Amino acid sequence: MFSDLPLLSLIIWLPIFGGLLVLVNGDDRGLFKSRSLSLVIALATFILSIPLYTQFDSGTHLMQFQELSPWISTFNINYHLGVDGISVPLILLTTFTTVLVVIAGWEVIKFKPSQYMAAFLIMEGLMNGVFASLDSILFYVFWEAMLIPMFIVIGVWGGANRVYATIKFFLYTFLGSVFMLIALIYMYYQADSFAILDFHNLQIGITAQILIFLAFLIAFAVKVPMFPVHTWLPDAHVEAPTGGSVILAAIMLKMGAYGFLRFSLPIVPDASHELDWLMITLSLIAVVYIGFVALAQQDMKKLIAYSSIAHMGFVTLGFFIVYAIYNNTGSYSGAIMGIEGGIVQMISHGLVSGAMFLCVGVMYDRMHSRQIGDYGGVVNTMPIFAAFMVFFAMANAGLPGTSGFVGEFMVILAAFKANFWFAFLAATTLILGAAYTLWMVKRVIFGDVSNDNVAKLTDINNREFLILGVLAVGVLALGIYPAPLLEVMHATVANLVEHIAVSKL
Amino acid sequence: MNFEMPNFLPAIPEMYLLGMACIVLLVDLFLTDRTRIVTYYLSQATLIGAVILTLGQFGQPTQLTFSDTYILDPMANLLKLFALGATFFVFLYSKDYLRERNMFRGEFFTLGLFGVLGMMILISAHNMLTVYMGLELLSLCMYAMVALQRDNVVASEAAMKYFVLGAMASAMLLYGMSMIYGVTGSLDLAEISRAIGSVNDGNIVLVFGLVFIIVGVAFKLGAVPFHMWVPDVYHGAPTAVTLYISTAPKLAAFAMAMRLLVDGLGGLHAQWQDILILLAILSLAAGNIIAIAQANIKRMLAYSAIAHISFILFGILAGTSNGYSSAMFYAITYVIMGMGGFGIVLLMSRAGFEADKLDDYKGLNERSPWFAFMMLIFMFSMAGMPPFLGFWAKLSVIQALVDVELVWLATVAVVFSVIGAFYYLRIIKLMYFDKPEESAAIESSMDMRVALSTNGLAVLVLGLSPGALMALCVAAIG
Repeated sequence: MFSDLPLLSLIIWLPIFGGLLVLVNGDDRGLFKSRSLSLVIALATFILSIPLYTQFDSGTHLMQFQELSPWISTFNINYHLGVDGISVPLILLTTFTTVLVVIAGWEVIKFKPSQYMAAFLIMEGLMNGVFASLDSILFYVFWEAMLIPMFIVIGVWGGANRVYATIKFFLYTFLGSVFMLIALIYMYYQADSFAILDFHNLQIGITAQILIFLAFLIAFAVKVPMFPVHTWLPDAHVEAPTGGSVILAAIMLKMGAYGFLRFSLPIVPDASHELDWLMITLSLIAVVYIGFVALAQQDMKKLIAYSSIAHMGFVTLGFFIVYAIYNNTGSYSGAIMGIEGGIVQMISHGLVSGAMFLCVGVMYDRMHSRQIGDYGGVVNTMPIFAAFMVFFAMANAGLPGTSGFVGEFMVILAAFKANFWFAFLAATTLILGAAYTLWMVKRVIFGDVSNDNVAKLTDINNREFLILGVLAVGVLALGIYPAPLLEVMHATVANLVEHIAVSKL
Repeated sequence: MNFEMPNFLPAIPEMYLLGMACIVLLVDLFLTDRTRIVTYYLSQATLIGAVILTLGQFGQPTQLTFSDTYILDPMANLLKLFALGATFFVFLYSKDYLRERNMFRGEFFTLGLFGVLGMMILISAHNMLTVYMGLELLSLCMYAMVALQRDNVVASEAAMKYFVLGAMASAMLLYGMSMIYGVTGSLDLAEISRAIGSVNDGNIVLVFGLVFIIVGVAFKLGAVPFHMWVPDVYHGAPTAVTLYISTAPKLAAFAMAMRLLVDGLGGLHAQWQDILILLAILSLAAGNIIAIAQANIKRMLAYSAIAHISFILFGILAGTSNGYSSAMFYAITYVIMGMGGFGIVLLMSRAGFEADKLDDYKGLNERSPWFAFMMLIFMFSMAGMPPFLGFWAKLSVIQALVDVELVWLATVAVVFSVIGAFYYLRIIKLMYFDKPEESAAIESSMDMRVALSTNGLAVLVLGLSPGALMALCVAAIG
């Protein structure tokens, strides 16, 4: 029944127009309660995104559910949508996470709830647009426009230092993206089109490739974020409201990684090859150095933010070791495993880090503190919550059986085929990740009740149980049986690896 | 010398406007302050009539008249249309402001109408003398408008500064024109263009003339280092006049640059390109950086205007029809956005309160979420964020630069845009993140609200489908 609908347009525009409706409706003065209306829209979008998975033909790497109509004929810009095996899981993650964020903000957000909900719904549509765009200017429009609601969310509902954090976040990402815009325009004059798939087949000289690669690198590295342009993330995370942190960690960071797969690798494969040492080095610094930085944090949100940077280091490592693997083994299979491991890590990190931020949010709503030192012995007063928190912490540390393990394992395995030392350094995350996460859990959750405030805590309510429970099921399912996810992406990734193995020079 | 009857048809809108402006002037004499609104309605009707006449000329082939001193081409047509439309909105936005300040008199509207006439003449000029005539008609009206509040010290000072500097710039322009005339032997732009082709490259008088002409143009545009009047005049003038100065005259100044540099001195592109690059980079850097230090929103928008001008210069200096149409698109876009920005200032102000401090915008979201949202649209659009119109204007100028392999200039342009984004973000920060200092709701008349909302939604809707406006600009340049 869904096959005739323009599904991709629907999941982009339904939340955007729905968000505007929520905005116009106002704070519970209008016909609908803004919260219920937002939930209905978020759920409808999620349901509409499910057929993207169920009706997806995983046997082909070609773009599916395509929609194409001319948009700006002067510059040959088209409204061109389509998804492949890389974007479908990310779109599902987006629509799923937004539902959780709407529920998570239900009674917590008291100041202008309609604007809060509207911002997240509009952001959802824009993020879906990023993952579904096949025209680079359309992509850029969604990519940039998304900053606006996030800027507002952090600035209006954020913590004490929110203005600094949100302006830093905005300017950092804005600066990153403008270079990408110039690269896109440059390629437009080579390809006479802004279509991403046309860029994939463009023959470009090595100097131009390297410049384009660097332009993309600035844009995507800021978003991922990679060392050394990661400093906006801890600030933004700490100041953002829980929902903002969840969307930032679960989805926005993935866009940078998605950009590497959609733009950098296929468009400038030779420059990617040439500079893969840089990418691998930066990734390993993120894994090892940022891991140590995380160990030293006193603020729970900051700790999780740094752990996100370290985990995203794994993703970029998985993407850029492909050349080394291919050169060492001469076959595609190891390279495919590296990229697939990276993507699994993206999805898994989306679930786990989202859950971790929600856990911190649950505690913050009760105690209004994120400092590890203010907690201790939470298990005594919030046993159910403690169980969830410990479970997600284990997943964050990469315990086998959780989704965190699958991606890390695949990337480390692939890294062995590239270079022993890559794998060795990457594997330190198993120790570091366990150290910073479990040490935090020990100090916050376990031990005796440390002070009166903790003693007064009440355990999670049904709403919070529902959110954390759904996420726990997801983390567990992906950890035990990741095959459905791998199947969706396999043909696309295999094609990508074959494509980038061919020099464009 | 026999006198031939010229073809008046291409200048019908101008003649109509002239006649009507005189009628408004006369009618106003017989009105009392209570019936002054008639002047307003008559002026608006005049503008609507002129818009209709201009629309009637749409699609006509290029025509020259009045001994080839006057040209009607698609570019002139489109620019006039937007200049007239912009003035209509300016009058509408200004109405309440002028009333509250006892400035609701016929002078504002008649001077405004004569100013538009000057713009239209400038836009259609095909002879250096026509350029000068249009320019002076426009400038004199603007000097007088700035001084309209004659008891206000700041406004008088601004008017004096504007007048003295403007007169200097006009003198420079005339001097440059005389040099060009000396070399080419003609004042006709087409003749000059032809003559330059046969003059050898290094003609020193020609280059000197060019430099003086660029000084005149840069002054009118407000490009650094000829920008000193812009912040003072924007700040000192009554906001309604600032709105007038900051919108439609930009279109006229763009047309003046096009007529002189491209139609007339196109053969010297290699020379003026370098000069414009320098002017554009200086304007971009100075405008964006100094704007950060402003605490007054009118001054901030003045420096922002200087930064925006540099994008218009970028488009022109590319020297291709692609570049010209993108510069034109940028100018039109800027007028739409700038009008909205000052429109909000007018909306917020009331008797005895100018709303020109940045702090006056604190917590606007709580006082009026709708107009805070409109201001958010204008600010993000000026910062060049998609999906608003301002992004497409920047995109088209940048692609024109990349097209002529000025990638480094495109990079400079985008980096400064990011720096510039900061002060636009600060307005949004004040409106959305800060608590209001007063809780009074915004009071304004219905027509103002509707017009301002239309203005804001236009920036959004045109941002979602900018294709038509872009195609119009491309067609206008041909």
